Amino acid sequence: MSFTRNLVVLSLALSAFASVAQAKELVVYSSRQDHLIKPVFEMYTEKTGVKINFITDREAPLMARLRAEGANTPADMFMTVDAGNLWQAEEQGLFQPVQSEVIEGNIPQHLRSSNNMWTGLSLRARTIAYSTERVKPEELSTYEALADEQWKGRVCLRTSKKVYNQSLVATMLESIGEEKTTEVIQGWLANLATPVFADDTALLQAIDAGQCDVGIVNSYYFGRLHNAQPDVKVKLFWPNQEDRGVHVNISGAGVTRHAKHPEEATRLLEWMTTEEAQRIFADVNMEFPANQALEPSAEVAAWGDFKADNVNIEVAGRRQPEAIMLMDRLGWN
Amino acid sequence: MARPSPAHKLRWQLITYLAAGLVLMPLLVLLFSWQSVDQTIWGHLLQTQLARLIGNTLWLVLGVGAGVILLGVSLAWLISLCEFPGRRWLDWALMLPFAIPAYVLAFVMVGLLDFAGPLQTLLRGWFGNDFRLPPIRSTGGVILTLVLVFYPYVYMLARSAFMAQGRGLMEASRILGQTPWQGFWRVAVPMARPAISAGAALAIMETLADFGAVSVFNYDTFTTAIYKTWYGFFSLQSATQLASLLLLFVFLALFAERHAQGRNKRFPANDKPRKGALYRLQGPLAWLASGYCLLVLSIAFIIPVGQLLYWLLSSGIADLDSRYWALIQNTLLLGAIAALMTVVVATLLVLALRLQPIRRVRGAVALANLGYALPGSVLAVGIMFFFSFLDNNLVVPLRTWLGAANPAPVLLGGLFALLLAYLIRFMAVAYGPLDTSLARIRPSLPEAAQSLGQSGWQVFWRVYVPLLLPGILSAALLVFVDVLKEMPATLLMRPFGWDTLAVRIHALTSEGEWRRASLPALTLVLVGLAPVIVLIRRSARR
Repeated sequence: MSFTRNLVVLSLALSAFASVAQAKELVVYSSRQDHLIKPVFEMYTEKTGVKINFITDREAPLMARLRAEGANTPADMFMTVDAGNLWQAEEQGLFQPVQSEVIEGNIPQHLRSSNNMWTGLSLRARTIAYSTERVKPEELSTYEALADEQWKGRVCLRTSKKVYNQSLVATMLESIGEEKTTEVIQGWLANLATPVFADDTALLQAIDAGQCDVGIVNSYYFGRLHNAQPDVKVKLFWPNQEDRGVHVNISGAGVTRHAKHPEEATRLLEWMTTEEAQRIFADVNMEFPANQALEPSAEVAAWGDFKADNVNIEVAGRRQPEAIMLMDRLGWN
Repeated sequence: MARPSPAHKLRWQLITYLAAGLVLMPLLVLLFSWQSVDQTIWGHLLQTQLARLIGNTLWLVLGVGAGVILLGVSLAWLISLCEFPGRRWLDWALMLPFAIPAYVLAFVMVGLLDFAGPLQTLLRGWFGNDFRLPPIRSTGGVILTLVLVFYPYVYMLARSAFMAQGRGLMEASRILGQTPWQGFWRVAVPMARPAISAGAALAIMETLADFGAVSVFNYDTFTTAIYKTWYGFFSLQSATQLASLLLLFVFLALFAERHAQGRNKRFPANDKPRKGALYRLQGPLAWLASGYCLLVLSIAFIIPVGQLLYWLLSSGIADLDSRYWALIQNTLLLGAIAALMTVVVATLLVLALRLQPIRRVRGAVALANLGYALPGSVLAVGIMFFFSFLDNNLVVPLRTWLGAANPAPVLLGGLFALLLAYLIRFMAVAYGPLDTSLARIRPSLPEAAQSLGQSGWQVFWRVYVPLLLPGILSAALLVFVDVLKEMPATLLMRPFGWDTLAVRIHALTSEGEWRRASLPALTLVLVGLAPVIVLIRRSARR
């Protein structure tokens, strides 16, 4: 067991060393993946000399870890995707409020926590994708219309286990009520061409290959596929332009409640809302910048302008359990 | 024979209690979750989910169990007793699928065989647009995939059991008028049964714990429900409650299996290993045997690796940079340390049970092997809570008292926590081969050594360790490869900078970037190949 003891001694020594060099380092827990955050962090390090250590995992384990570590956590910032997850982290008391004019100036109100606990950093639309071979865009109108008889055997959906669908349904519950949402989902499921997919990319490929004609996906998945396969026979459609608009979701971040370097972390968060950082943060994943002063990249802009659903994004979190239970009851796996 | 002293007995018992304690630690966290029950979530689960999930899980367990036994035993039998073209290299090649993580084979299978995949697209080109293969995203597809990645457990253990049966035995059965077929059923299989069931148990426990592969198929099991409850409802408590039910099921199943096995006698091996094949297959029969082995190898390894290579060449090569050296180094280092730790502890456990075969020790050993059936994240969360409890209540106050300003937690986020997670998770993997290896050492051998005046320690080093060496090697390599493939615990508990290849695969696949994931996936398979080949070649030379 002396090996164990050595390991313990070693890690004690290492962490003692780490606490000496702490001023110039920040720790971020992130469920946004490595390759999507690294370029931004590297740029910040280059500009300011502040080194950023981060670990990535799914959001729930990271939140559990933050909670378990409590006041002793090394994390200064928690970053994640989906408003539901951000709302949940706020509920669990993992963030501290950040009062910042920079952030308030850069990011519109409805993409931030109403208690200043977190801010959105990029936007993605969860919208309709259709086959350019078998569907005319005039046939499409709203999410709800995909429940109509004419789409029987032509719809593809992703699993309800993915938070993006949970957030979509949660905002539908808010906008059109439970009864109508139930009807719509029943219609979607009745129109399915094939069992639901595990991911959006596979769904888009199924539309391309002719397994189904329409589906609901996040915009950047389409962007990636289009980059890899410019001749893909799929396009995006912006639904509900006559009423509430396209469902948008965010990725975002906040300063942790027990951050060891709250000022440094706030500075990083502020910087990430500036145009300079937003450019990379959004473009690296073909998303829309949350900073509205900035135009989306040319590739993203090519998908066309749309009206976005401005429902307060916190709804996605508050009504998430309700949405999951509804989808479970209706048999959306 | 000199009786072991009471202190000696106690020492062995203590080791097993300690190991069981290690596993109990995260399990207790699971049990504590039952302090209160979330009525809304449980009501919902009972009404809409559980019946279907339990059904799905049972189908999966039955299918995978039957599949791995069928495939593993038939291949092991052909390889170890027959002679046919290609047998020598198929012998080790059939182990290669073990280097492919289940989640990787899953995304290759779906990518290759789904409607939009290359095969069906090609077939639609030939036979018209209405042509369909049976859907891969189905119960059958999941079972097929898991059987192909997990059969090597049964193959490996059954193969060495058949080889150890020696020459005389099957010949004796022939002389006594049994046909080869009868000999197989009446002699070889019953004697190899502990090995076969150990292999099947490993495969089934992996199946129950699997999350990565089933979620690629969107096949709902008990384990996916655990995750959904956690990730969707954010009720870690209800999730751990579900996990403890899963564990109870595993515990009962293992108990039943041990009980059934207890009634069968274990047969010590024939000491003279067989030289050469027992049955020389001729003509079409020989080619049939070669064809069968080659078919399994192709579906489980050659085609998937080919598909990964194709994806790599068509998209992913741009990602290759110097970071990969660090990823490979981390992966290898973690695997090596974890393999060493796990094998040492597992060796002590099998010996403890041999020397002290009393009920308490048996129970403790069974407990210490339970970690394998836990979904990785749930296990990791248990360990994480325990360590952060120690950190917050012991380490940090202690260091503050010692004068450190603003001390950070030490255990959680340290290497030790991660290694401990591996130890708990993969104990069963090391225990299986060691146990079967020990079963082949006749008790008379150490007894003889003792009567010749060797001390307990000398018996350990000069009798047990040399005879266990093949088992130790198999155990170490199995754990090593399993750690390479491990994802959830590594994700949650790795220290900063300790990204592994599996972590990289997760980063890409969680974004649906299957093609780009081919680079880390292929690297992982390549890294895992060497130990797998060593594993099988070494055990062939015994």
